[in-house]
Order: sequence, then C-alpha cells, then structure tokens
Amino acid sequence: MDFTLKVWRQKSAKDKGRFATYKVQNISPDTSFLEMMDILNDQLVREGADPVSVEKGCKSEGPVAFDHDCREGICGMCSLYINGRAHGPDDDITTCQLHMRKFKDGETITIEPWRSAGMPVIKDLVVDRQALDKILQAGGYVSVNTGGIPDANTIPIPRDDAEESMDAAACVGCGACIATCKNGSAMLFVAARVSSLALLPQGKVEAARRAKAMVARMDDLGFGACTNTRACEMECPKDISVAHIARLNREFLKAKIKD
Amino acid sequence: MSEKLISKIPEGTLSEKWTKHKAQIRVVSPANKRKLEVIVVGTGLGGASAAAALGELGYNVKVFCISDSPRRAHSIAAQGGINAAKNYPNDNDSVYRLFYDTIKGGDYRSREANVYRLAEVSNLIIDQCVAQGVPFAREYGGLLDNRSFGGSQVSRTFYARGQTGQQLLLGAYAALNRQIELGSVKSYVRHEMLDLVMIDGEAKGILARNLVTGEIERHGAHAVVIATGGYGNVFFLSTNAMNSNGSAAWQCYKKGAFFGNPSFAQIHPTCIPVHGEQQSKLTLMSESLRNDGRIWVPKKMEDVVKLREKKIKASQIPEEDRDYYLERRYPAFGNLVPRDVASRAAKERCDAGFGVNETGLAVFLDFKTAIERLGKKVIEERYGNLFQMYEKITDVNPYDEPMMIYPAIHYTMGGLWVDYNLQTTIPGLYAIGEANFSDHGGNRLGASALMQGLADGYFILPYTIGDYLAGKIQVKKTDTNHPAFEEAEKNIKERLDKLFNIKGKQPVDHFHKKLGHIMWDYVGMARNEAGLKRAIEEIRALREEFWKDLFVPGENNEFNQELEKAVRVADFLEMGELMAMDALTRKESCGGHFREEMQTEEGETLRDDENYMYVSTWEYTGYGKEPIKHKEPLQYEFIKIATRNYKD
Repeated sequence: MDFTLKVWRQKSAKDKGRFATYKVQNISPDTSFLEMMDILNDQLVREGADPVSVEKGCKSEGPVAFDHDCREGICGMCSLYINGRAHGPDDDITTCQLHMRKFKDGETITIEPWRSAGMPVIKDLVVDRQALDKILQAGGYVSVNTGGIPDANTIPIPRDDAEESMDAAACVGCGACIATCKNGSAMLFVAARVSSLALLPQGKVEAARRAKAMVARMDDLGFGACTNTRACEMECPKDISVAHIARLNREFLKAKIKD
Repeated sequence: MSEKLISKIPEGTLSEKWTKHKAQIRVVSPANKRKLEVIVVGTGLGGASAAAALGELGYNVKVFCISDSPRRAHSIAAQGGINAAKNYPNDNDSVYRLFYDTIKGGDYRSREANVYRLAEVSNLIIDQCVAQGVPFAREYGGLLDNRSFGGSQVSRTFYARGQTGQQLLLGAYAALNRQIELGSVKSYVRHEMLDLVMIDGEAKGILARNLVTGEIERHGAHAVVIATGGYGNVFFLSTNAMNSNGSAAWQCYKKGAFFGNPSFAQIHPTCIPVHGEQQSKLTLMSESLRNDGRIWVPKKMEDVVKLREKKIKASQIPEEDRDYYLERRYPAFGNLVPRDVASRAAKERCDAGFGVNETGLAVFLDFKTAIERLGKKVIEERYGNLFQMYEKITDVNPYDEPMMIYPAIHYTMGGLWVDYNLQTTIPGLYAIGEANFSDHGGNRLGASALMQGLADGYFILPYTIGDYLAGKIQVKKTDTNHPAFEEAEKNIKERLDKLFNIKGKQPVDHFHKKLGHIMWDYVGMARNEAGLKRAIEEIRALREEFWKDLFVPGENNEFNQELEKAVRVADFLEMGELMAMDALTRKESCGGHFREEMQTEEGETLRDDENYMYVSTWEYTGYGKEPIKHKEPLQYEFIKIATRNYKD
C-alpha cells in the first residue's frame, strides 16, 4: 500500500509549526501505524545522511518525533490525532494498536499532535502531559503507608463493585479524552480515578476529599469545564463510560455540601 | 572467588534467616532519615514501590524515568498476575511450596535464601495492594479469586483481568504520587541516566540527560538504586517496550558492579508470531491463557500444508488429528509447564516441520474446549481484553479460530549481581526487580516478576538500605561540583559528540536489527559452541561498523529520539557480547539456557551440577578487554537437588 502523509512538524514549544507532506510506499496492510511511522523516519534519517542530496540543498528536517513505548495499547505513551480522530480510525484502541489495513491504498493521512492548552507541544507530535501526573498527585490515591496492613481478605468487596472499579481503572492516562474535548476538559480522566477508588471500601474513606482536591487541581492547571458532549467517551481507547463523571460529580457535591 | 562476592546470606534455618537478619541490621532514626538522599532510577514496580516506601520512611528521594510519566514503565504491560502463598483456594499452598516451585522452576540456579524471603513476603504484597485500591478479581462472595500459572500445581495467582501489571503499577504509582505531593519524593520525568558517579569507591550520584532540552544534569545522593528493568531489547524484537534498555545497569557494570548470569534470558512461549521485516516489536499473549487454552499442531503433514496454503482453517481439523504436544509430553503439568519447556517444545514441533503459518514458525493456542466447557461469556470475562488485543493485531477472532503463537524474548533473569541486601559490588549502589540477577535462576516462573519487583521495592530494600545509610548519617550531602562529577560529565559529552561525529550512512535501527538477528540465531532458544563463538565475532564486527557508519541526525541540545536510541544501542552492542561469552562458558543446559551439546535423549535440558552450580558474575576490565569471570557457588542446604520433572 502507498500513502501520502501530512504530518505536523514543530521544532519546539516556541516554534509556530506547519504541515509537511511525505510519501511512503510498499506498506504491508499488517504493518502497524507506528511501524509505518518508523518506515517514514528511516527514510527521513537516510535522506539527512545522504551527502549528495544534502549538497543539492536538501535540508532534511530529520525524523518525526512521536511518543510511543509498549506498542500493545497499555502504557498510554502513544497519542496522535489521525485523520481528525484521537488514536485514529478504529474503536477501542490506542494508536499503537492501529494497523494500516484500516486505511485505503493511496489515501492521504493527516497526523497531528494532541491539541489542548493543558498539553503543550514539545516537538512535532510529542506533547507535555505532566499536568495529568499533577492532577493525580492532588489525591488520586488511598492514603496508606507501606506495611502493617491486615489480611487482604478481611475486606470483602461485592464482585460487581470490583468489576466496575476495574472498568474505570483501565484508564491508561493517554489524554485522548482531553484532546478530543472541545473544552479541553480532563473530566473523564479525573472521574476514572475518583470513581474507581470511590467504588471500593478502601477508597471510600477519603472519596469526597479526593474528588474536591483533584477537581481543584484540574481547574488550576487550566483544563476546561465539562459540558456533557460525551466526545471523551467516544474516543477513549479503554471505553471508559461517562457514568463515572456522574459519580465524580456526586462525590464532589458531597464534599461541597460538607464545606 | 572475588573477595567482593560476599552474598551476606544470614545464618540459621531457612525460615529464620530474614527475621534474624532484619533484627541484626541497623536502622536510621527519623531525624536522620531527613538528612539522607536516595536516588531511584526507574519507575516500574520495583522503582515506584521503592521510591514510595523510602519517601514514606522520611528519606529524601529523587526518582527518574525516561518516559513522560512514571506510570509508563513496562511493568504496566504485565498481563496475567502476581503470585503469593496465601493458600486462599485451600489447595495446600504454602510459603515453602512457592519457594520450592520457584527454585525448581529456575532449574536450581538461584539462591535459596533470597527465594525463600521472596515467598515469605509475597503475602504482604497482596495485602498492601488491596489496601491501595487495586481492583483484583473477586469471587461472588467478595473474596479474592486465584488462577493457575505455569510451573505450579496450585492456584496462587492473583489477577486483575489481563491487566494485572497495570493495576499493580497504578497502585505503586499512586503511592509515589502521594509522596511527591507530600514533598518527600521529587520526580524527574523524561530523564535518562547516562552514568553512575562514584567518589572514593562509593556510589554518590548519577548524571542524567534531560531528554527534552538535552541538558546533562548532575544529581548527588547518599545511595543509588537501579530499577531499570531488563535488557531483552538486545534482541531487537522482544515483548519489551520500545524504550526499555539496559544502559543504566551497563553503566554500573562499567563502573565496577559485577554482572550476574548475563546469558539467562527468558523466551516466552505465547507471543504473536513475527509477520515481517518491518516489525518493531512482539506482543505477548499472557501465560494465563494456558489455564484454558490448549496448545497444538496438526498430526498430519498434509494438514500443515493445507493450513499454510489457507485451504483449510484450524477449526476444520478434527480432534483426532491434533497433536496436543504439551499434554502428550508432560502429562502431569500439561499446558502449564514452565515457559522454557513450553518454548522449546514449540520450537521442536516447528523444526520438525509442523509450524502452522506461512513462515512455519507458529503453533495454535486453542480455546475451543474451554468455550465448550465454560461458555463464551466466562472466557470473555477472563481474557476479553487479550482476545481483543489479538484480534486488533491479527484480524482473526480467537473465539472462532485458535490463536497462532510462537516464542519470543520476554525477560532477562540475569542482571546486576547483588548480595542478600540487594547491594551490588559497589557500596551504596543497589539493584532491584528485573535489573538484578537474584531470584529466578535459569528461568522465571510466570507471575513472579511482579512479585519480585514489589517484594524488593516495598518490603526488602527499605529495610536493607537502612543498614548502609545508618553509616552515612554524618556524611554531608554530595557535592556535585566534586571532580568526579566534572570528569563524568566530560566523558559523557565526549561520548555524545563521538556519536554525532561518525556522520555515517545508517540509522541506528539498522544496527539494532542486525544485532537482534545475531542474538536470536546464536544466543536465543538453542545455543552451541560454534554458534556462540561466531556470535561474538559478528557482534564485534558489527560494533566496529556501528562506530564507522552510524548516522545520528539533529543535535544534542534538543529532543532527539535518534540520539537516545544510539546511546542505548551502543550499549546493547557490548552487552550482547557478554551474553554470548557467558553462554559459551556455561557448558550445561539449565532453564532457558539450552546448550545443544547438553541434552537428554528426549531433548530436555541436561544440567551439570558438579561443574556449573554457580552464579557466573562478570567484572569489567576496560573497553575491548576480556572481562573476568567470577563464580558464586550455590549451596542448597534445604532443598534436595533433582532433575526437573514435569512429566509425572
């Protein structure tokens, strides 16, 4: 398969950025999207290394920077807006799980970074997601120290609660929900953690305090408000439901009423 | 034996060792902990749990990771579960049985005392994780559920669907976040350790490159903990994440820390087969699938041919024409034999011509029987996310057609040599989790990596490092203007410049792929003398080519992923040689290390306990010079050594 790629190039956070167009050829449909990016980068590196083309005035911009790591959909490191969709044209996957068989031969593919005020571009397709860590640091945990814990089976937890908690805990922290949201809201990300812990007896103890602290941190970091468009749920690679946002709101209200 | 190789295994009976040791080692008072600094490199299960636990104790901790968040560490990708000797299912499990299974699974090449301690603290881990809110799978009564894993006849594996590593790491990451918020831990993301700094023979800090700005930063401490995982990516194609690398450990080795059992690499039997030359990594299908999945190839060659020509589907081959070769060869353990055994058995069938895909390098993992027995819904509950993952990659629905799998590099049992305190041969330098060599011998059992990472980080290192730090309470903070830092920084800058200045023609991946081929062909699932010698020669030649023909684009003072790769691959090119040397000088087969010259008539590993019952540890002597091999003899006081038997 052959493709034309329109890729966002941006040297640094300060640089303005623009689209560059490249061609890749002879791509197997079984190749993953990021392997296709590897092939593009191999081309770009070789171009830069070629003295003849450099002499002719070819100023290679070098390979395209993009984040990736596990390449099996679990680490949350990969991102990318592909043809206008976070993680590209397939459901319930991260970009690294996308394969070229989902595209048509000869297609032009547009590749952009996450765009959100809360996640500025570092270079090309790489964005800074440290704000997500900071939100979790505000309260995304159960405040227990290591050691001195009673036997695990002293706290029975209804199976359905554990399962629902697990549904929310599946969040990989990729930021697709934020990138997709027209308001740049991090509500689904925050809700996933708050809800996952609030469903368990261990997490209930400080559920209200947690909700309040995390929402406040999210606001401080400049993320937008939620207007229930549900776009986040649509693009979440782990299919996390907006029902968790409702639970977050409940916990948040509880905290506010107590104030 | 080198005088540095003192394992510090405490006296006494097995079950008393750790208790006695804890009573004897020194502790640091809370007031003094505040004065002490510890650097933790890596934020997987080992690093995140250690940094959190040390922060809770009151030490000043700096934690480093190469990704944009500690949560990205590759522990996140562990699927199946974590072992513990809780005996909740009442199937006669115990600390002793977990210990015994682990020693036996490792083919009698690990330390009794370490492994017993691991089994002993395993139960605490489950308690800790539940308290943190890790949503483990539960029975309808609300209590925790267990499943089985390879190399064991009891069900002792706790799990959270097929995302156990993710949930455990999110637990440790949460504990770490809490300490970051409280100010006891400072987190450095997108930072890569490039060198260990030593002053007067002790570990005193690191140099790290800020991967966003390219700046080389100096960080001092009273002790350094390496928790950077394994070096499986030396094979290029592995189940490791793309950025996983062995460079931090390798820098420590080059500074004098001994490297233990470098050739011991684990090949996981159930990975999605290679599809082509452009492939960047291999995806694991959890070992937990072997609870319900049955592994087979056709009995008849004509069926194999038809499968390859896509004239028939696997589901059309009748039951009587299927060779469930693991059940046939190992009736007692069946599909749940340890990983090394299952991998070799797959290779044996494929070498005999029964591989089921176009490349001839694949076998089936089939859920037909389980779906008939339990129904599709139960299978979906247990493995739904794994089945989805498989379908997204291969475009085949595993509920209808069996999965195709083949062995791939997954884990490295070898690593920095550590004593019972998890301290390397360099005072003040510790190594935990996969980065050390300690607990798994020649082969790691499934669901034991998570156990070891968290055991080291939550419950062992925080105690043992106190013994060292108690002697440092009068020592001031490390001065990063010390000449040792100056010199290390100068060396690093020269090294980076050297990489840019080659100005050759080939991208880094070109060399990495070539190295991978050499490693897989000669230092992979089957090894022999001639092949290993050849590997050493080829790696040396490739290394020369690398330093002549590499091209690194861009500059040092910017976000530069090609440079990051170049630094790591330069180290892999040295590491691969050491692995081959270690494999060459271990003329026996044990666990995942299979020397073709040493096998039984049935093709099983043949150990040589008389000559090789030791940990091989390597001492660096300089670039291009032969390293020195030291031996730490393994003594089995409590276990009777036997041939591993999974047949009856």
